[in-house]
Order: sequence, then structure tokens, then C-alpha cells
Amino acid sequence: MYFPADKFMENIISKIESSLLSLGYMDLLSYQDTPVHKIDPRAKFIAALLFILTVVSFGKYEISMLIPFIIFPVYLLTAGNIPIIYILKKILYVSPFAVMVGVFNPLFDREVIMYLGNTGISGGWISFISIMMRFGLTVSTALALIACTGFNNICFAINKLGAPKIFAVQLLFLYRYIFVLAEEAARMVRARNLRSFNGKGKGIGTYGPMLGNLLLRTIDRAGRIHLAMLCRGFDGNIRITNRYKFGFKEFLFIIIWALLFLLFRFVNIPKLAGILVTGLFI
Amino acid sequence: MSHHIVEAKELAYTYPDGNKALKKISFLITHGESVALVGANGAGKSTLLMHLNGHLLPGKGTLRIGDFPLAKETVHNIRRSVGMVFQDSDDQLFMPTVYDDVAFGPLNMGLPADIVRERVKETLETVGVLHLINRPTHRLSGGEKRSVAIATVLSMSPDILIMDEPTSNLDPKARRRLIELLKSFKHTKIIATHDLDMALDLCERTIVIKEGEVVADGKSVDILNNESILSESNLEKPLRFQGCPVCGAAK
Repeated sequence: MYFPADKFMENIISKIESSLLSLGYMDLLSYQDTPVHKIDPRAKFIAALLFILTVVSFGKYEISMLIPFIIFPVYLLTAGNIPIIYILKKILYVSPFAVMVGVFNPLFDREVIMYLGNTGISGGWISFISIMMRFGLTVSTALALIACTGFNNICFAINKLGAPKIFAVQLLFLYRYIFVLAEEAARMVRARNLRSFNGKGKGIGTYGPMLGNLLLRTIDRAGRIHLAMLCRGFDGNIRITNRYKFGFKEFLFIIIWALLFLLFRFVNIPKLAGILVTGLFI
Repeated sequence: MSHHIVEAKELAYTYPDGNKALKKISFLITHGESVALVGANGAGKSTLLMHLNGHLLPGKGTLRIGDFPLAKETVHNIRRSVGMVFQDSDDQLFMPTVYDDVAFGPLNMGLPADIVRERVKETLETVGVLHLINRPTHRLSGGEKRSVAIATVLSMSPDILIMDEPTSNLDPKARRRLIELLKSFKHTKIIATHDLDMALDLCERTIVIKEGEVVADGKSVDILNNESILSESNLEKPLRFQGCPVCGAAK
């Protein structure tokens, strides 16, 4: 018998393989040599954090003031030579989560708070759009940050900025071995598929032993890695050398972006622009 | 120079599950020697290697590495003088980039950062992969991984190099490069392998282990040409010692 659940698991495994490739691509992007890539990861991390905090600090009906913020992710993506289409696709993948968060707003909040011509727009729709905009801004910034910094360097940055070392090291190891683990899993699945015929052998029943096997292999590998670390004098501390310098450039990077975010936060630039434009024509 | 010596005296080890992996192992490896450790699967090679890096402690008998007899208190000193290259390079390369990985050992030894930087460059140059210095370890090819794995232990300037199947999973060219590289090292080398042609190239001496005991110990040329010793241990003559496949003539 071939259960839909098996099909589901199969899809998950092939998804793992393709997302691994995608992760690998993100990884490749982070080894470029653009001005943005050269900035100390700490500066980029702080700027991105400030950005996210400012964006989420607006009231729930805010739309127009969010628009100027797009300059930050656009800057990271263009100056960092990251293909925008690739990032947009990634955002699209996760967008259902944001839609789920905001989808009931238009149903519950029906009070009309704005007119576009003669059409009244309810508060629910406004807040829904606001949520989607914030989602787009923050997620694209986070992705752009990773693509033009590299996951390892971000771990390094959060460690330097005071996050517990164990946390950073866990992330580093996770990232190092996620490739190895996923390849091992994919190999097992391939080996099983090659010996399964007419749906036999692909039952959900084989996944239990396979997962167990994978776990045992992982434990074995962890043991060997630990041994390899001990052989090279591991004493409980992982020392990562600093290859970046937090200099004047980094300081300037943070200050300029922080000032811009403050400006965008407290001055309604689209409105000013509108007044300027309409003022010119009337 | 006593500190490059490896001496086992009636070494025995039984695993907690009762498997007598090593029964009686005795040998003396002196400074600068290059020794191949061969034997069938399950003969006890891996268990012996686990002793040489201090992961397992002798059940019976003694093992002296450099100036220290292997014991709980001396493990750290021994690990400083022994460089162990694992069979699976993915186990050995656990740091995010090649630089971090090669620097891992020296940093743990407490060397200052600028000396570590120098040393990383030097060792990567020695193994011929300086251009990989900033690459992430998971993006290297099998051959590159092996070279970097060797660099990670060389950077600690060990006296003794221990390798577990260094030529496994390498393409013939990469294998040849590795052999040439290892030939250029002056360290005491202990290489556990099934690649007997490599053993012939690299090691003037071969120790054959069978069921936890040394069954032969002598010149590689003699042992690897001795059919009875080899077949008793599930081994075959190196290809070079075998007849020509086309005309059948012995070389």
C-alpha cells in the first residue's frame, strides 16, 4: 500500500535536498567582495537590528511612513550584488505565515478610516497591508544581511556583541554539519528508493528505523568530532579569531543608518513629498 | 631524541562488551621512522590508533609516546606531540572556515594570534592549499578536505603523525599528490591502511596485526612480498608486486 503520508515524507526529503542547494547558494553569495561584504559583521548586524526595531515600532495603521524604509534592504541587495529575484522568491515562500497573522484583521476591524476617492477602506485592510509591509521589510533585510555577511560571520558578530558563547558555537556547528547531515539523510533515502518496487518498501514503517539509524550515525559522528577536537587541545573553549576591524567606516555606517531610521520614524517623508508635489502643481 | 619514540609493551585492551581487540601488541618505533599498520578489518588497527591519541587507555601493558607513558595524567602532553588525521575529513574539519580550522589547535595551545596567523599560512603553503584559506570547510572537494585536515594537525607542529586511511576516497591524482606530500615530511609517521601500494611508497617498515596481535614486523619490501603472511591477514600483495594483467608475467 502506498499511503499519502509516504508521499508527504518523500516530498519533505526532496525539499530538504533542494533547500540545501538553496542554502548553499546563499552561502556562495556571502563570499563576494563588495563594499557591503567588507563591512564588519557587527556593524551590519546592529544596523539591521535598529532597522527592524524602528519598523515594528509604528502604530498598526501606519503605511505611508513605512515606505521610505525600503531603502535599507534595497541598499544591501544592490550594493551587495545579491539577486533581488532570489530574495523575493524566498520572501514569497514564507509569506503565508504573515498572511495568517493578518488575514482576520479585515474581518474584525470593519470601521472605515480612510477614503480612496469614494471608496472607504476599513481599518482592518489598512492594518493588514501594514503587517505585510513590515513583514516584507524585515524579512528582506534579514535575508540580505545573511547573504552579504554569511551565517558564520553573523554568529561571530552576535558572540562579539555579548551573546553567550555557547549559543554562537551551537549555531556554528549546526551550520557546519547541516550539510553533512542532510547529505547523509538524502543518501539513505536514495538507497532505500533504489530497492523499493511497486510502492513496497516505501511505507511509513521504514522511516522509523531510518530515522533511528540516522540518529545513531549522528551520535557516532559527534563522538568522532569530539575526539578530533580533543586531539587538537580542545578545553571547552572555542577561540575564533577576529578578522574584521570595527573602525571608523563601521561607526559611520551605523550612525548614518541610525539617523536615517530616526528621520523616517518621526518625519512623514511621503506626506512631505506629496505636499511638495501638489504644492508645485496647484 | 627520545621524544619521537613510540613504544608498546604487551599492550592489551578489552572493550566493555568483552571484545578482546588488542591481545598482545609490542613494537618500538623510533624517531623519523615511517611505519605502515596493516591488517584485516577488525584486526585491531583502529583500537590501536585510539590508544596512540590517548582516547583509550591500555588495559594491560604499557604504551610510551615520546617521553610519557600513556596514562590519564599524561594525555594532554601526548596529544600535543601526536597529530592524528582521521579517516573522514568531515570529522576533522569542524570549524566554519579553513583558517579557523587550521588555527584551532595552535590557539588552544595558547599561541599568540599573530604567530598563529603565520603558522596557518605556513602550514597551508606546505600542503599546497594556501588559496583555500578563507573558504568554508564544507565547500571543499575530497582531496582539498584531506589536505586541509593534514594542515590542521601540522599547524600544531607534532612530532608524530598518525593517519587512518589517508588515501581513502581520493582520486588517483590526489592520492599521488598526498603520497608525495607525506614523503616530504620528516615526522615519525604511523599509517593505518589497506592501500598497500602506498605503504610500499611511504613506509620502509610494516607491522601486520591479526586478531589483536602483531604477526609480522619488518621491512615493507619483505613483508608485502610474503604471500603467506599477507593471505593469513586477508591481505593481497601490492599491485606492483602482482603479475602483469595482460601477459601474466610477474614483474
